[in-house]
Amino acid sequence: MTEISMTVNGKRTRAAVPDNTLLVEFLREHLRLTGTHVGCDTSQCGACVVHVDGRAMKSCTMLAASAEGAEVTTIEGLSNGELHPMQAAFKENHGLQCGFCTPGMIMSAADMVARYQAAGRELTEKAIRHELEGNICRCTGYHNIVRAIQDGAAKMAAG
Amino acid sequence: MTEQGIGARVLRKEDKRFITGKGRYTDDIRNERQAYAAFVRSPHAHARVKGIDSAEAEKMDGVIAVLNGKQLTGDGIGNLICGWGVSSKDGSPMNMGAWSALATDKVRYVGDAVVLVVAETQAAARAAAEAVIVDYEELPAVVHAVDALKKGAPQVHDNAPGNLIFDWGLGDEAAADKALKGAAHVTEMEIVNNRLSPNPMEPRSAIATYDEAEDHYTLHTTSQNPHVARLVLSAFYQVAPEHKLRVIAPDVGGGFGSKIYIYPEEIACLWASMKTRRSVKWTSSRSEAFMTDAHGRDHVTTARIGFDANNRIVGFKIDTVANLGAYMSLFSSAVPTYLYATLLSGQYDIANIYCNVRTVYTNTVPVDAYRGAGRPEACFLVERIMETAAREMGVDPAELRRANFVKSFPHQTPVIMAYDAGDFAGNLDQALEAADYKGFPARRAEAAKRGKLRGIGLASYIEACGIAPSAAVGSLGAGVGLWESAEVRVNPVGTIEVLTGSHSHGQGHETTFAQVVADRFDLPIENIQIVHGDTDKVQFGMGTYGSRSGPVGLSAIVKALDKVEAKVRKIAAHVLEVSEDDLVIENGQVKVAGTDRAMAWHEVGLAAYTAHNLPAGMEPGLKEGAFYDPTNFTFPAGTYVCEVEVDPETGTTEIVQFVASDDFGTIINPMIVEGQVHGGIAQGVGQAMLENVVYDADGQLLSASYMDYAMPRADDLPSFAIHHHSTKSPSNPLGLKGCGEAGAIGSPPAIINAITDAIGNNDLDMPATPPRVWAALNAASAKIAAE
Repeated sequence: MTEISMTVNGKRTRAAVPDNTLLVEFLREHLRLTGTHVGCDTSQCGACVVHVDGRAMKSCTMLAASAEGAEVTTIEGLSNGELHPMQAAFKENHGLQCGFCTPGMIMSAADMVARYQAAGRELTEKAIRHELEGNICRCTGYHNIVRAIQDGAAKMAAG
Repeated sequence: MTEQGIGARVLRKEDKRFITGKGRYTDDIRNERQAYAAFVRSPHAHARVKGIDSAEAEKMDGVIAVLNGKQLTGDGIGNLICGWGVSSKDGSPMNMGAWSALATDKVRYVGDAVVLVVAETQAAARAAAEAVIVDYEELPAVVHAVDALKKGAPQVHDNAPGNLIFDWGLGDEAAADKALKGAAHVTEMEIVNNRLSPNPMEPRSAIATYDEAEDHYTLHTTSQNPHVARLVLSAFYQVAPEHKLRVIAPDVGGGFGSKIYIYPEEIACLWASMKTRRSVKWTSSRSEAFMTDAHGRDHVTTARIGFDANNRIVGFKIDTVANLGAYMSLFSSAVPTYLYATLLSGQYDIANIYCNVRTVYTNTVPVDAYRGAGRPEACFLVERIMETAAREMGVDPAELRRANFVKSFPHQTPVIMAYDAGDFAGNLDQALEAADYKGFPARRAEAAKRGKLRGIGLASYIEACGIAPSAAVGSLGAGVGLWESAEVRVNPVGTIEVLTGSHSHGQGHETTFAQVVADRFDLPIENIQIVHGDTDKVQFGMGTYGSRSGPVGLSAIVKALDKVEAKVRKIAAHVLEVSEDDLVIENGQVKVAGTDRAMAWHEVGLAAYTAHNLPAGMEPGLKEGAFYDPTNFTFPAGTYVCEVEVDPETGTTEIVQFVASDDFGTIINPMIVEGQVHGGIAQGVGQAMLENVVYDADGQLLSASYMDYAMPRADDLPSFAIHHHSTKSPSNPLGLKGCGEAGAIGSPPAIINAITDAIGNNDLDMPATPPRVWAALNAASAKIAAE
C-alpha cells in the first residue's frame, strides 16, 4: 500500500492505495468521480483524460502515486456551477452522441485551446484534427467535435 | 409549434449530464457487497478441454468462487441460441451448434469463455483467473469461410458437416441465368466485404444482483434492448423467469449492433450472483471487447450483372459465402440473408435476380449485425458492380444509374422488398450539383499538376429500416415480433412521461421523442420526460437497432398520443360543454375554436385525476399505451459522392470532398439526423480505408487493440456536406424512414469507387490502405506499360 495525497477538483484528498493503483482507478473507485472513463487498455482512446497540474494527461497511464502532491482536475471539476465554455460548445454544436468519450474530449479540447492561446498560435481545423490524435470517438465522425472546439476556442478567447 | 417541434434543431436534453461527467453508465454503478468477475478465456482457436484445475485459484486472497461450464449446465442454464431460423434450399433446417456460456468440452475461438472467477476486487479476480490451469488438446483451426468449406477442413461443430450452417437461395435462378446469357454486356466481380469490430467506446459491462429474499434478479447491462435480453435470458437460458428478472440498461455508450445480443458474460454473471449470493460485476477490457463482441460483415462474393444494348440491367446473379464465426449469434442467420439479399435490387428496376448464400462456421468471434447489418454488404456489391460496369461500357456512372432507377412506386423487387416511396433521381441530382460533378475534370487536371491522382466515385444506396412487420418476419423465420410499444402518462399537473421500448445509446431520443410530443400538444419539451431502458418501468419493447426507433418506436408513441388526445378532447368538451369537433389544442391550451374559452393543458390533466366532473362512464386518469406493428419496411435512400486524391509515391489517400444527399422521409431534428449521418460515414470510411479484423492462420486475433485495429481518428476524416431531399414514407404516421445506418451503408462503395477511379485499377479490396492502393496503382501502371 502507498500513502498518497493530492488535490482533486480543489479538494485535498489523502488515501492509502495498492501500489499499482492507476490514477483513473483512484478517481473512479476511491473518489467515485465516474465522469472519467476507461475505453481501452493501450492508452489510445483518451476517454480517461484529466488535467494534472494544468496539463492534459491520460489517467489510465499514470499511477495514482505519480500524482502525489499534484492538482488534478476532472470533468466534474472543470467548472463551478456555470458550464465551462468548452462544455457549452460541445452541447451547442452537437459534439457528442453517446457521451462516453465526451469527458476526455472536453478535457483534451480545453487543454489544447489553452496551449494554443498561450502560445499565440492559430488553432486551425487541421491543427484540431491533429491534436485529437489521442482521443477516439465512434459516434460523431468528429465533424461536430471539430466545430465544437472551434466554437469553444472562440468562447474561451472571449471569456 | 416550430421552435421545439418536428423539424426544429433543438439542442439535446441529455447533454447536460454527459458534458459534466454525470452520465450513469453500467460500470459507474456500484452495488452493496459488490464482487468482481474475471473470465478465463481460451488462448487457442480450437481445442478440446481435457481438464480444469482451479485448486490454486480457489486458495488465493479474496477469491469467492471459481465456476466452470459443467457446473453451469448442471444448474440447468441453457445454451445460447440464434433466434432466427433460416432453412437451406432443400428445406433442411440450419445446423446450429451448441454454445454454452462457459465451454464444457471444446473451445472454438480465441476468447471463448471457460471459467468464471468471482473475487472481492477486480485485481484479485484477474490474478486468480491467471492461476486457473486449463488442460487443452489443441485442434487444427480454420478462420476463412471459403477455407472452411473445403474438403478436409477442421470441423468446428459436429452437427454442421463441412462447416456449412445453411445453403440458402432467394430469387429465380433459371430466370437470372437466362437473362445473363442473353445480355449484351456482362460485368463480373469478386468482392470481399472485410470483417469489422463495432467498437462502441463504452466496453460491455454487466452487474448481476440476486436478491435471496425475493428470489429475484436485477441485471444492469450495456444493452440496446433490455426487454429482449430479459426474454432471452428467461425463456431460453433459464436464468430466471421474466417476472423475477429486471434488466436495466442505463446510459449506454454506443452500440452499433454489438449490444443487441445476450452474451455469455451476462448469463454467467447472473448465475454466479445466485451461486455466491453477491452482486457480481464484470466490465470488458478493450482487448476482451475485440475478442468477444460480435464482429460484422465478412463476406466473399462473386457476382455477375448483365445489361442489354440500351444499358438496361437484365439480370443479376450473386453467390456469397458468409462467415458466421464459431457460434450462431442471436440474429446472425438473418444478416446475410433477409437483411442482405433482399436489398440486392438496389435503386434499380431489375427483373431477374438470384442470390445464393452459404453461411459457414469458422474458429473466429461470432459475426452478427453491425451498423447496417447486411445492407452495407448488399450496397457495396451493387454499387461497386454498377460503377465497374459503367467504366467497362464507357458510360457515365451517374447516367447508367439514372437509366436503371426505379421511377414509380410502389415497386415490387424480385427479392421480397416492395419499395413504397422515393425520388432516386432527385437525390442523385442534388448530390451531383452539390459536389460540382461537372467541374470534376478540371479539378482532376489541377490535381495532376500537383502530382496527385484525383478520383470521383458515386454510390446510390437504398436500405430497409423500420424493422419490421411481425407477420412478415415471422413467415421468414424470426423468433420474435418486431413491433414496438409505448405508454404516455399525462400527470395531474400536465407534465408528461413517455415510456418507450426503444433504447437510446447516443441517438438522442430524450430530445427527438420529446419534440414529437411537444409538437402534438404544443407544450414545452422541458415538460416531457422520456423513460426507457428498464423492464420494471416500461412494459415491453423490442429495442433499438435497424434504424427502427423512429419509424417503429415513435409510431407507437404517436398511436398512444392519439388515444391521449381523444380522451383530452372528451374531457374538455364535457367541461366546456361544447362539441369535441369545436376544440383545438394549441399554446398549452385546449380551446374552443374562434372563442376565448379554453382549458389550460394542466387543467385537463387535473380534471382527469380529480375525476369530479368527467363524462359519464369515463375512467379517471390520463394514461394510454399502444403497440405499433409496422405495415412495411421503410426505405431510406440517397446518393453519396466521394472525391479523393491519391499520392502515387506512397498510395496515401485523402478524401477531399464527401457529399451526401439522403432521403430519410420526415426529419424531426436535423441537427441529430446530420450527426447520425456524420457518424455513419465515419464508420464507412473506417471500413473502406482503415479497419480490418485480422486473424493469423492459427486463428490468433492479431488486431485486438487500438494499436493494431485502425479506428478512424479526427485527422483521417474530412468534414462532410450533408443534404436532404425527402419523400415521406407512406408506411407510418409521421412519414419517417430512419437515419442511423445510411452513412455506413452508402459510403464504402463511394470511397472505393473514387479510389479505383483515381488509380485506374478496379481490383482493390477494403480496407484500401496505402500499401494496397500503391500496389494496385503500380499493377495498373505495369499493365498499361505491358500493353
